[in-house]
Amino acid sequence: MFAYNLEMALRSLKRNRALTLLMVLAIALGIGASMTTLTVLHVLSGDPIPGSSAQLYYPQLDPRDMDGYTPTSKPPEQLSWPDGMYLLKAARGSHQALMTGGAVPIQSTQSTIEPFFEDARYTTADFFPMFNVPFIFGHAWTAAEDQAKARVAVITRDLNDKLFSGKDSTGQSLRVNGHDLRIIGVIDNWRPNPHFYDLNMSTFSEKENVFIPLFTSRDLLLERNGSSDCWGTDGNDGDHMETSECVWLQFWVQLDSPAKAAAYKEFLVHYSQEQKALGRFQRPPNVVLPNLMQWLDINKVVPGDVRLQVWLALGFLVVCLVNTVGLMLAKFLRRASELGVRRALGASRRVIFAQLLVEAGLVGLVGGAGGLLLSLLGLWLVRLQPSDYASLAHLDLPMLLATFLLAVSATLVAGLLPAWRACQVVPALQLKSN
Amino acid sequence: MPILASLRHHKITALLVILEIALTCAIVCNSVFLISQRIDRMNIPSGIAENEVIRVQTADIGRRADTMARAEEDLAAIKKIAGVKAVALSNQVPFGRSSNNSTIKLDPTQKNESLNATIYQGQDVVQALGAQVIAGRDLTHEDNVDFSVAVASKLKIIPKVVVISSGMAEKLWPGQNAVGKTIYMGDKPMMVVGVLRHLVRPSIWDWHTADYSIVLPLRIGATPGTNYIIRTSPADRERVLQQAVAALKVTNPNRIILKKSTFDEVRRTYFQDDRAMIGLLVGVCIALLVVTALGIVGLGSFWVAQRRRQIGVRRALGATRANILHYFQTENFILTTVGIASGAALAYGVNGLLMQHYELPRLPGAYPVAGAILLWIVGQAAVLWPAMRAAAVPPVVATRSS
Repeated sequence: MFAYNLEMALRSLKRNRALTLLMVLAIALGIGASMTTLTVLHVLSGDPIPGSSAQLYYPQLDPRDMDGYTPTSKPPEQLSWPDGMYLLKAARGSHQALMTGGAVPIQSTQSTIEPFFEDARYTTADFFPMFNVPFIFGHAWTAAEDQAKARVAVITRDLNDKLFSGKDSTGQSLRVNGHDLRIIGVIDNWRPNPHFYDLNMSTFSEKENVFIPLFTSRDLLLERNGSSDCWGTDGNDGDHMETSECVWLQFWVQLDSPAKAAAYKEFLVHYSQEQKALGRFQRPPNVVLPNLMQWLDINKVVPGDVRLQVWLALGFLVVCLVNTVGLMLAKFLRRASELGVRRALGASRRVIFAQLLVEAGLVGLVGGAGGLLLSLLGLWLVRLQPSDYASLAHLDLPMLLATFLLAVSATLVAGLLPAWRACQVVPALQLKSN
Repeated sequence: MPILASLRHHKITALLVILEIALTCAIVCNSVFLISQRIDRMNIPSGIAENEVIRVQTADIGRRADTMARAEEDLAAIKKIAGVKAVALSNQVPFGRSSNNSTIKLDPTQKNESLNATIYQGQDVVQALGAQVIAGRDLTHEDNVDFSVAVASKLKIIPKVVVISSGMAEKLWPGQNAVGKTIYMGDKPMMVVGVLRHLVRPSIWDWHTADYSIVLPLRIGATPGTNYIIRTSPADRERVLQQAVAALKVTNPNRIILKKSTFDEVRRTYFQDDRAMIGLLVGVCIALLVVTALGIVGLGSFWVAQRRRQIGVRRALGATRANILHYFQTENFILTTVGIASGAALAYGVNGLLMQHYELPRLPGAYPVAGAILLWIVGQAAVLWPAMRAAAVPPVVATRSS
């Protein structure tokens, strides 16, 4: 029966080539535009560390003075040095790391490579195990090396390729801002999107190629990158951030169960009360403990323009579908006499309905294929754009399947009304000669 | 009217045409409005002589002693280049993204800030940017305080005067002369000695505060990420840029040039996402209009084919070709008009949602009007071909049995 329906559908579609082409084109355009924008949204709103993101938390405290205080004000987005150090030493989570961003000049021993700047991450040791960073050579540094302000560094595969032609560089020296650091590990190209652990940096294009222990970076006075938010009236020049009234550090902690997270929040409140009693904090305890995905949500990491583009494309798809409904209705009604004959010869309404839907589905399938090509073209165009997320816009398998599913189901829905309407023909009336 | 009676026979199809036109109208109106908003943003005045200014951002390798003296050397070397009108070393540049900001109060005991402004630091910044002083005076070298001195004194020694942009002056003291008034940065008083026509922030997150800038006569050292701002004549920019980079490499070979660009490029880079969005919106609008027009052509052709016999009868009864043509044109006009009317209402609905989520203003009435005219034209253009085919139906069709 299906094969027969398919043959009938093909024959009918061939009969009105222009109309068929118009329908397929409208579906393809609508699907292409929608899938392009939905793919971008899908890529940008993904989980940067699937599997462990639910256990990663970003504690926030409010160490500021009463200047500009309102009971509803949110705590700052980063931590000050004393608070960060306290949380790090308390070690209440299974892993925790204190970190900030930076940029360092690198000089190669090869004279052919001009000195260049690399974005760097200054962090404590747990960064690597906590975020499941994959190593190809060597290993991360230890907490003891943190304390010893060890002159060590971890680099990425990209930088290793550039400086050491991809060979195992562990044990070699990396010249950073005039200091020699010993390379102890090379990580694979690890680029979580978005750059969740420090959203002050560019959210999607950030690529840090050098990792240096935080205390080492402070000891060598390496240049810091990112935002710092200060209060009070004392000046600071970046070299004395440890004693300044500024927040400039990110702190991540791994808490393996909701109970532990609740206990950690208690601990943060308790710490805030204690600091207030000591006179260091002036505001009432203001503690927030979002997990990774909540943190991304709070910071609205998906650009507003991307959401707007999705709505725009969906609006366009609706117009294309309305267009298809109209054209299909015209097409089906035009065949009223043929359908009438079939009805008179004994075909039930249901059979006719099924046949017309097969025709609609076929339009959807072909439109979906066209839409897929158009979304590949669309994503290629997105990748040419200057936006920082541009290079991430690639179609994956789920989105590819979604394209066909959306195309066929949308066209079937669009076919329902015309098919139902066409089934209403009265056999006798159509048999009369007009 | 016979047209309406005839449309009643094609209720569903007619409604679909109306729906399509309404949706197209709503989307196109809002898209064009979004485009115009983006264009307004991209044309925001910077307040500087954009076609005369270039910038070079550098970073030294290794920490160097006495960054103040290093800055002096660099500035002197750049000044020697032929065609350089002014040069400054500043912590930040307009549209440069990276910025230093501070809360500003009019009274140190005030609990909440009056506003948040960005702070340009450096000597000769106003001249180097070519910003216009519209009241009071520019900063002079007598006003300068060295950054190293300010930090060493724990901010006991700091600049006593500032120049501010007119947007900020107007916000703090509406309708008054700002010159001679005092602002507080933290608890530190500073007197406004001059007002600039405009000076845009390096990074704009709220378009109402884009022109809240302060120029502080704080001489800074040549630390990584600082910017040499150079003003020259438009024709000399490329040459001066090359020579400035070369000169900076001579004063310190051990440095990296992070960025070198004319301000035309700086502005272009800053607004590249807006430009991409405009391109996309234009593309969608065109695609929508084309799809809608093709839909009208398709349905129009179908209607004509369906009514060939009736057309033949009317022709046989004396209707001219023009009558038939006008019949289909009028029919399209009625459908389009109903579609536009509902589309305009829908446009305001969509606009309401955009106002909530994207801080857009209310859609001005001109947009639905322009949208209506556009859709009437598209509708009439699209129906012309089917209508002409209808008019070409010979009267003899009436006598044939189909």
